[in-house]
Amino acid sequence: MAQETYERIRSNPKFQQFVSKRNKYSIVMSILMIIAYYGYILLIAFDKPFLATKLSPGMVTSIGIPMGVGVIVFTIVLTWIYVRRANTEFDTESEAIIKEAQQ
Amino acid sequence: MNSGLKFLYAAAAVLLAGAAGMAIAAGADLGQTQKQATNWTAIAMFAIFVGATMYITKWAAGKTKSASDFYTAGGGITGFQNGLAIAGDYMSAASFLGISGLVFASGFDGLIFSIGWLVGWPVITFLMAERLRNLGKFTFADVASYRFAQTPLRTFAATGTLVVVAFYLIAQMVGAGQLIKVLFGLDYIYAVMLVGVIMMMYVLFGGMTATTWVQIIKAVLLLVGATFMAIMVLFQFGFSPEALFSKAVEVHAKHDAIMGPGALINDPISAISVGMALMFGTAGLPHILMRFFTVPNAKEARKSVAWATTWIGYFYILTFIIGFGAVVMLTQDPAAYYVPKMIDGVQAVGANGELLWDGLKGGGNMAAVHLANAVGGNMFLGFISAVAFATILAVVAGLTLSGASAVSHDLYASVWRHGNVDSATELRVSKITTLILGVVAVLLGIIFEKQNVAFMVMLAFTVACSANFPVLFMSVLWKDCTTKGAVAGGSVGLVMSVVLTILSPAVWEAALGNPKGSAMFPYASAAIFSMTAAFAVIWLVSKLDNSVQAQKERGLFADQLTRSETGVGAASASAH
Repeated sequence: MAQETYERIRSNPKFQQFVSKRNKYSIVMSILMIIAYYGYILLIAFDKPFLATKLSPGMVTSIGIPMGVGVIVFTIVLTWIYVRRANTEFDTESEAIIKEAQQ
Repeated sequence: MNSGLKFLYAAAAVLLAGAAGMAIAAGADLGQTQKQATNWTAIAMFAIFVGATMYITKWAAGKTKSASDFYTAGGGITGFQNGLAIAGDYMSAASFLGISGLVFASGFDGLIFSIGWLVGWPVITFLMAERLRNLGKFTFADVASYRFAQTPLRTFAATGTLVVVAFYLIAQMVGAGQLIKVLFGLDYIYAVMLVGVIMMMYVLFGGMTATTWVQIIKAVLLLVGATFMAIMVLFQFGFSPEALFSKAVEVHAKHDAIMGPGALINDPISAISVGMALMFGTAGLPHILMRFFTVPNAKEARKSVAWATTWIGYFYILTFIIGFGAVVMLTQDPAAYYVPKMIDGVQAVGANGELLWDGLKGGGNMAAVHLANAVGGNMFLGFISAVAFATILAVVAGLTLSGASAVSHDLYASVWRHGNVDSATELRVSKITTLILGVVAVLLGIIFEKQNVAFMVMLAFTVACSANFPVLFMSVLWKDCTTKGAVAGGSVGLVMSVVLTILSPAVWEAALGNPKGSAMFPYASAAIFSMTAAFAVIWLVSKLDNSVQAQKERGLFADQLTRSETGVGAASASAH
């Protein structure tokens, strides 16, 4: 039974579009994460003095600290943005495709 | 005295020598510690925790009737609960005490370290979470072997699981033994036995339901305790991080150097390699992956990673504040928290007549524990100590459950009995395996007591990213992947990651005691080579594989893809 449903789902052009759209989105999000993380790591490897620069003259806090906390916050926010879209928009589309196949 | 000297030596080697690998490994290990006075408050709090969790285990035991209940809590955990449990698995004692200790010792470097541990989560969310949920049932081998020959692939996946679990277990058991000496003032051996026995009771009787709830309770206690500490620290400085940093720079021995990157990352190859191990290793840890099967559907699976990421990220920000808080607040009362620097039996005196101090009592990783005392007195110290120890207990329970499911579900039920086995028999085998693993864990704890196990967690991550992750990733996402390719590539990754790690400075020099500079593999982590090799071999062998079996496996990809993308036909939550 599942076999037939799979075939019907696959033959629906909407399914192909849906998969490629969602995969594209996942890949873009993964790349953003990789850029943020490795960017930060490579900055540490190649330009330590920059990260140790003070936020403003007379301050103790260095640029690297808000940047580092920023990477943590970015990670959390990026994850939620993806999950929000996947759990609403993508799931609605995929449910519609499954329903069509089961008719 | 001998262990004290050893600790100082280890601390000096690890924190001052500056090799990236050693410093990174330090964050994941507790090192040798000295036994402190018996702390009855901490022991009482821990007893309350054990009492409460045993009560939960009794409740869970009533719900654990089938193999599915045992492995996945019947699939009835919500995304939010599972997120907390995953965060609990990840916020181990080593990351709480180790990262705050690293911040205490070097400031900024601790932040680099915690970012590395966090960034794997979005990648799991975007690429793996829902596919795992849609294809798997009990173990990650279910996912990887979906369209492949069961025997070779499950044998490989079970091996990968057991190797990762073994290294992780050693680090946890030794950590438990070292912690109990400082936190409770009890002997090493008690810790190992205590953890072994209590953990076995959770897993044996309560299966995944008990393991999950123990993990959730611990995660909540740890988050509440750490939040309280961070608030108390910030309160002292009018909630101004600048004021906190400014005072820390004034009193810290390294002064302004703690505001910038230090010795943690030196060469870019090590930096990227360690980053790969942390980022992709997370996506190959069997005790984390099995949690995706405890939720009812892909929607909840995604939610659980989002919550896990949130809690873990929040927790790392707290540990950063806690580390800086310890820098400032512990120096206000050195006699209470530091070991006096002794010369000829009297405390040494500096140039201006001030008393001189050596490291923290109980070792550098005790920064957070001493800070608990400084901000909340003896009761709160007891609370944090009990939570730190409970953390190990919960993580060990998760590891054991994951090892037991690899043996009973993958090796016994699928490889040995070819799937012809009823749920009751499989459940019995997993319980027997749990007993055996419990005994093995205790023995490993005893055998490795005097060893330097700083590299073990890093090694577990390296194996996970070089063996488990590539096989999982390619089998799910690449049509042309075949059984032969997956097993060959995964095996190459497994062997290479272990061998290169042994030849790296963190093991060859720091743990095995060979002279400095003699390590044949110069980088802090093998991941960049072993993970790349695993992917390359999977690709090459699969491409060259034109057997009938390979054709059949490629033919099955379309159905696998349809199921992984839509969840049609996915194992659903059992109805009871």
